[in-house]
Parts: sequence; structure tokens; C-alpha cells
Amino acid sequence: MYVAVKGGERAIENAHRLLAHERRGDRDVPEVTLAQISEQLALGVDRVMTEGSLYDRELAALAIKQARGDMIEAIFLVRAFRATLPRFGATEPVNTGEMQVRRRISSTFKDVPGGQILGPTFDYTHRLLDPQLAEGFVPEQPMTAEASQASTPRVTDILGRDGLIETSPQADSDAAVGDLTREPLSFPADRDLRLQNLARGDEGFLLALGYSTQRGYGRNHPFAGEIRFGEVEVEFSAEDVGFAVPLGSIELTECQMVNQFKGSTTEAPCFTRGYGLAFGQSERKTMSMALVDRALRARELGEEAGAPAQDEEFVMSHSDNVQSTGFVEHLKLPHYVDFQSELGLLRKLRQEFAEANAAVEMQEAAE
Amino acid sequence: MSSTISTTGPDSKQGQRKAAMTVLAHSAAADIAGRLAAIAVPAHENLREPENGLVMMRGRIGGDGAPFNLGEATVSRAAVRLATGEVGFGYTLGRDAHKAQMIALCDAMVQSAELSGEVEAKVIAPLRVAMNAERARKAAETAATRVDFYTMVRGEG
Repeated sequence: MYVAVKGGERAIENAHRLLAHERRGDRDVPEVTLAQISEQLALGVDRVMTEGSLYDRELAALAIKQARGDMIEAIFLVRAFRATLPRFGATEPVNTGEMQVRRRISSTFKDVPGGQILGPTFDYTHRLLDPQLAEGFVPEQPMTAEASQASTPRVTDILGRDGLIETSPQADSDAAVGDLTREPLSFPADRDLRLQNLARGDEGFLLALGYSTQRGYGRNHPFAGEIRFGEVEVEFSAEDVGFAVPLGSIELTECQMVNQFKGSTTEAPCFTRGYGLAFGQSERKTMSMALVDRALRARELGEEAGAPAQDEEFVMSHSDNVQSTGFVEHLKLPHYVDFQSELGLLRKLRQEFAEANAAVEMQEAAE
Repeated sequence: MSSTISTTGPDSKQGQRKAAMTVLAHSAAADIAGRLAAIAVPAHENLREPENGLVMMRGRIGGDGAPFNLGEATVSRAAVRLATGEVGFGYTLGRDAHKAQMIALCDAMVQSAELSGEVEAKVIAPLRVAMNAERARKAAETAATRVDFYTMVRGEG
């Protein structure tokens, strides 16, 4: 237990001043700007927005700068900021089917309608460090080609037309949507709450859990049915205006995982699915999210559920890196009173042990 | 873009307002200010002081299923009333409250019989051209990365 302590104000003040100095680094080196972070460390900004659960590139860039590049600290800062603003309401659900696609791939259909579009990707790079990038590298302008007017339907919609894949669960338009920022988690949790939890969950944690399902701890035979990244329009039904008001667009990544099929005596077998959605270009995150979303559906789909990734209480209680870091890092704070009582107890136990041993030895000697 | 109001035709006043709002929300505040400087802005008052807040963004399970809460976004809003009575609303992603106020002003002008032609011609239309050009540029860059995978028969080559 942490017990409040007094004192140390000057040391704390000086430590923060030293932190500010170290954050700036060598003052002969130019200061990094928020625009530089947002433009050139864009995927880091995307991660902070996703796990900070707040879409605002400039704020995420500021958080990364303030946190000296410590992503979890930056996510913590963003989460704390969002508590300072009122919430006007919830947007209309975004329509990812009408995304202005920047990248869109399917590992299940090579001839997917609308085409395979690589977009800006690390895939197929050689992962060799590029010394050219060290300084002053001016990349070539991107190539252009005639843009197709054809639509890019979701792969799952194409499979769905033939009934080969399960349909998404539907809800009444006036049904309440679970919100874990408003009500504390309770179990079992519905899929809307699980997806909200996974969307803001730690990428590393979800990656490890997703990987564990591939290695056999709750296997679900996934295919990356589709991964798409691009801009979607956001609308907000403002009561004062009387219609859904356009707010602009945001960048999203969506992953549709197509998983092992299931059927019964009453239902024809069809593929099942897992879903991932995140702010910005967050492919690893959405793929991991989709694997874990599917794993968490084990009970619903009548599968044996014993692996960590299938345990919703375990997954949802440990996915949030702000909660995790809060509890792990609080161990650094003064625990002097606690420790003193432990120390007192330990000394007492050791004394009792010594006395008991001494008594045994005396008895043995007497015999 | 999806509309939640099916009765709204593109020619209706509401459709016109929404189309203008889309363009304005997509435009940079400096660009809107630059266009507004070219017209005589009518007398108006703030009905709602420009303010920052949040909206919870929603997605759908599987892309097309029941909604879920994805995460929040910063948003700004404002409302103005022209001296002639039209009330305009401005909403935009981000924390630029002045941008929201300019959008509200434009929305009010779009509703004014006397001003809608001018605001469409001198503010909205040029911003729409820029927005569409930006979209076309991105689409052309993206199109150059379209691939045709072909599968090899195993055992050959």
C-alpha cells in the first residue's frame, strides 16, 4: 500500500527541471517540432492516438515529445488530457466500406474486386538499414496511375453473398452501445465492449496473445481476409442542427480475419471471423486485435476455451497499458510504512524461528 | 458519403448545407479564412461561443454489424445568427474553434437567399476544387501501387 509522504519538494522540483533539460538533449541540436513528429514519425503518432483513445495528431505528437519518445508515457498523457474536455456525444458508426482506400490487400483472393493495392507499406522491403536516410535524403515523387472508379467492397461482403461466412451481429439502432469509459468492466462482457477494450489495448500485449493462438494456444486457423487503410468520413448527429453533420475524415485501418468454419446439424458450415479496427495506419495492431477478438468468441462458438487468449477476464483486465503501467510503476513510490511493518513481521518470525531452533538443539543436546 | 437521412435529396437545402459543411470540414482554417476575406461578411452574432470538446467515434463489428465505441476525437463547434435571422452551425474535427465559427458563418450564409450564391461561388466552390484535387492526387498515387499477384503451380520452375 502506498502511504502519502511529505517532504522532498525541492528535490522533486529539481528532478523535473533536470528532466526538462535532458528532454531537450544537446541544445546545439535543433529542437524537434510537432509537425516533424506528426509527419515523419507518423506511425508512432498513430499508435499513441489508438491506445490513447483520442484522435488528434497534434496532441499525440506533443505527447510523444513530452514523453521523450516513451510511447506508453505518451499514451498516458493523452488519456489524461481527454478527461479535460466535455463529450458532445457519439458519431454515427463509420462506414469502412466507403473508405478512400490508400492500401487494401487480401491474402485470400488474389483477384479481389477493386484490386490489391499495396499503398505505403514495409511489406516486401528487405529490412536492411538504409544509410542514405541518415541525412539529407530527398525521396522521388510517387508514381501515379489512373485511378479506378470501381468500388472496393469488403472481402467479407463478397464471401457473405454466397453465405460462405457468418454475418456480423446486428443491433437495434436505439440499443445502447457499451462504453468502458463510463461504466466499469464486468464479465462476461459483450463483443462491443470487448472490441472497445482491444482497440485501446496495448499493441505488444495483443500481438503476443495473437501469436499465442497461432502457436496452438487457442488455435483458430486465421486468414487475413482483408486489411484496408485509408480515410473515412465521420458524421455526428447534432441535436441542435437536426441532421448528421459532417466532421471531416479520419484515417483508419481495418482487418477482417477469416477463420475456421463451423456448422451444425441445423446450420450449413461457414467461415467465422475476427475483427480489428484502429486509428491511423496500424496494421500489426488490427491484425492482433482481430486474432484476439476471434479467440474471445470461443465460448460463443462452442469451442473448448482454455488458452489465455480465450479468457476474456484475463485479456480485458490486462490489455490496458495505462492501467498496467500505473500498477507496476506505483511500486516505485515510497512504500516505507508498508515495508517497515513487513520488516517488523519478518524480524519477529526470524526471532521465533531462532528461538524454536535453539529449543530443539537444547533438547537434542539433553538427549 | 453515407447519409442517415434518406429523404435528403442533393438539391434540397439540407443537402446543400451538408455538402458545404463537408467541404469546409475538409479544408484548412487558413484556406477558409482566405476565401471569406474575399466576400462581404454579413453582420452576425455568436449564438454559441466556439468551444472544444470530444465525440466518441463508433465503428461496426465486422465493418457492417452492431456499433461499438472505437475511441474519441477532439472536435470544435460553434453557432452564429445573422442579423437577418439565419442560424448557422459549425462542427469540425480538431481543436480549432475559429474554424468551427467560420463554418457556422458559412452555413448561415448558405441558408440566406441573398448570400447563398456568393458564398457558394467564392468560398465553397474553390475549396471543393482544392479538396477534390487533393483526393485525386492521393487516388492516383495509390493506383500506381495496384498489383496483380499470380500464383505459380507448385513444382514448376
